[in-house]
Amino acid sequence: MTHNWADVFVGIEQNAMVRAVAEVEDAQGGWLTQLRDGLSKSRKALQQQFSAVLFDRFNEDLWERIEEALIYADVGVETTISIVGSLEAEANAGTIKDAKGLLAKLREITANHFCQADTRIDVAHSPAVILMVGVNGTGKTTTIGKIAWHLKELGKEPLLVAGDTFRAAAIEQLTEWGRRVGCEVVRHERGGDPGAVVYDGLEAAQARKADVVIIDTAGRLHTQVNLMKELEKVRRVIDKRIPGAPHECLLTIDATTGQNGLIQARMFKEAVNLSGVVITKMDGTAKGGIALAVSHELDLPIKLIGTGEKLESLQPFDPADFAALLFDDSLGHRV
Amino acid sequence: MFESLSDKLQTAFDGLKRQGRLTDKDVERAAREIRLALLEADVNFKVVKQFVDKVKERALGTEVLGSLTPAQQFVKIVNEELTALMGSASTKLTFSPRPPTVIMMVGLQGSGKTTACGKLANFLLAQGKSPALVAGDVYRPAAIEQLKSLGQQLGVPVYDEGNEADPVDIAKHGIKWAQDKGRDVLIVDTAGRLHIDDKLMEELVRIRHTVKPHNILLVLDAMTGQDAVNVALQFQERVQFDGVILTKMDGDARGGAALSVRAVTGKPIKFASSGEKLDNFEYFHPDRVASRILGMGDVLSLIEKAERTIDEQKARELEQRLRKATFTFDDFLDQIQQVRKMGSISSLLGMIPGIPSGKLKGLQVDDKAFDKIQAVISSMTPEERSHPDLINGSRRRRIANGSGSDIQAINQLLTQFKQVQKMMKQLGSGRVPKNPFQMFGNQS
Repeated sequence: MTHNWADVFVGIEQNAMVRAVAEVEDAQGGWLTQLRDGLSKSRKALQQQFSAVLFDRFNEDLWERIEEALIYADVGVETTISIVGSLEAEANAGTIKDAKGLLAKLREITANHFCQADTRIDVAHSPAVILMVGVNGTGKTTTIGKIAWHLKELGKEPLLVAGDTFRAAAIEQLTEWGRRVGCEVVRHERGGDPGAVVYDGLEAAQARKADVVIIDTAGRLHTQVNLMKELEKVRRVIDKRIPGAPHECLLTIDATTGQNGLIQARMFKEAVNLSGVVITKMDGTAKGGIALAVSHELDLPIKLIGTGEKLESLQPFDPADFAALLFDDSLGHRV
Repeated sequence: MFESLSDKLQTAFDGLKRQGRLTDKDVERAAREIRLALLEADVNFKVVKQFVDKVKERALGTEVLGSLTPAQQFVKIVNEELTALMGSASTKLTFSPRPPTVIMMVGLQGSGKTTACGKLANFLLAQGKSPALVAGDVYRPAAIEQLKSLGQQLGVPVYDEGNEADPVDIAKHGIKWAQDKGRDVLIVDTAGRLHIDDKLMEELVRIRHTVKPHNILLVLDAMTGQDAVNVALQFQERVQFDGVILTKMDGDARGGAALSVRAVTGKPIKFASSGEKLDNFEYFHPDRVASRILGMGDVLSLIEKAERTIDEQKARELEQRLRKATFTFDDFLDQIQQVRKMGSISSLLGMIPGIPSGKLKGLQVDDKAFDKIQAVISSMTPEERSHPDLINGSRRRRIANGSGSDIQAINQLLTQFKQVQKMMKQLGSGRVPKNPFQMFGNQS
């Protein structure tokens, strides 16, 4: 399952070389296989324990087991009830014949619960502006490094803006990613005004004809009103300098996050009008079901998933793949 | 918007009618609400199941004690069981009789280890210890710089060997270095790692065998979902941690993960970390947190926090002035500064009982508003500060210019000040005002 990264972005010529990434992925057999096979035994043991749903006939016990599997994946009560409700309705209508059919239907319903909006990333502007936001420790800076690397591989010139002027050494961290990717990083002193560095970054991007500007911001809890207002201001500064920008405003959510992820997404959506979500740290044992809850309840597309600390550990999102990962083949027969 | 756990439980209990005994139906209904509330608070579903069964078993047929309503009786049982589940006493750190005491911090990426290292160092400083830090995260870009920067802010030395060295060696050399420097507690930062990353987990095991830490603390994000149990069990199996630091407690996560981790590992939550400032770090009080979940507020934590920060001498002086009812702008400024030492106003409000989290949503306290007030007061002459009545039109203009605000802001502050003065007089005479927070206003 090789992804053509040129398809992940809007605004990349179709004949763009997809060399390195495709080679890496061919060798590793795609992200889903990677996630499944590359895992240590401990993870497999942990996953199977909970994905085993015994199936012989439709009864309360079966629905409860499926409910538990969803709750265990952090899908949350509301979305779980909706999925199991749809599945029960299908079963009552007689469209499900056996365990295999149940699993297929469950995956289909789950995939359909994701927001159906475009999951591609819009870089068809010059310069295109991507604003990264999220709570502390969700992987904003790392994700920026990865996106920049992919863009560079596709022949685009990214420019990074160190908008996290708060956390100790955040600027150094982004600078290090810039060095690894081989792109420019616009930075100010720590403690400076994020609006000012963003303004300078956009100016530099236009002067140097960079294709894509990716703006890092300080991690902030969605409950910190002042910091959320600061983010609104950063967005206004961007729009003022380049009308219509940012073209993408992406929220990073840690896959291990529980139901608080929903509140985070809601608050950030209200403050800066998100265009999509990146689910990070999908290489752990957390199933990342919060992605489904966020996408379903807030109508936000999941655009990318982060699967590790390497530059290439970033994958485009596919609802069917994700549903398959939530309920792997062990579901439906005892393992 | 989700209701908070305490709101949810309250709703469930409202359904219970006043009667002599808790019936089957009452208990079932309340238990269902608790199950949902706990699941939405990210408590592991297996833990929820056990917990709800236990509560049901205890509650069924329980006689409602004289002065309580059935709802209160149920709260009492839930509270007791929650407290028991969270561990009944707060457990402190182990200090070695032969310094340095070594504390090793472990956890997933992004859980807040490095920040927690800084906060713990600050916490130990306040206890009269002389801590030092070891930069053992050689993987994340700029992690060492982050720790050094925290060390610099605190005036705490940081040992590092760059990002090429082996973390095991760094930790080993760090102990020798701390002994030479005469530091009595050594906090070892380690890289964030996935609990299933065998290679990196093995590295932790090697550090543990080499330096034999007196305390190993697992740093856990309060927002963690169901996976918290896997994380905790894996870390327990490999490094046998002694306790947990729960981070990002200032968000609105209900922290069900804490409950799960405690239930499956038996390890106590030792500290709660809650904000951007280095002093937003305190002992975790399981009994009080259980009460807070149930909507009883966290009075005890608030009192303790206030005691630690507010200078007793100044408090006595203020009391004197209150008696004489001569509350001036200087006192006002002083008070604002004292309160701000305790942390953000919003975090203080969250601890007051009787203010449900729902009501707090409307009342957003802008901590920056206090900066403005301080600026305005600083632009007054000493005479004006003690005799606010002197402040006429032209003085107002001068103060506005001096503080970079406008006349309206000055007028507003003067009105607020008069209210506070009045309130203080009432306090002085022993009468308590209805709403002591009116002076914060609604800034949103």
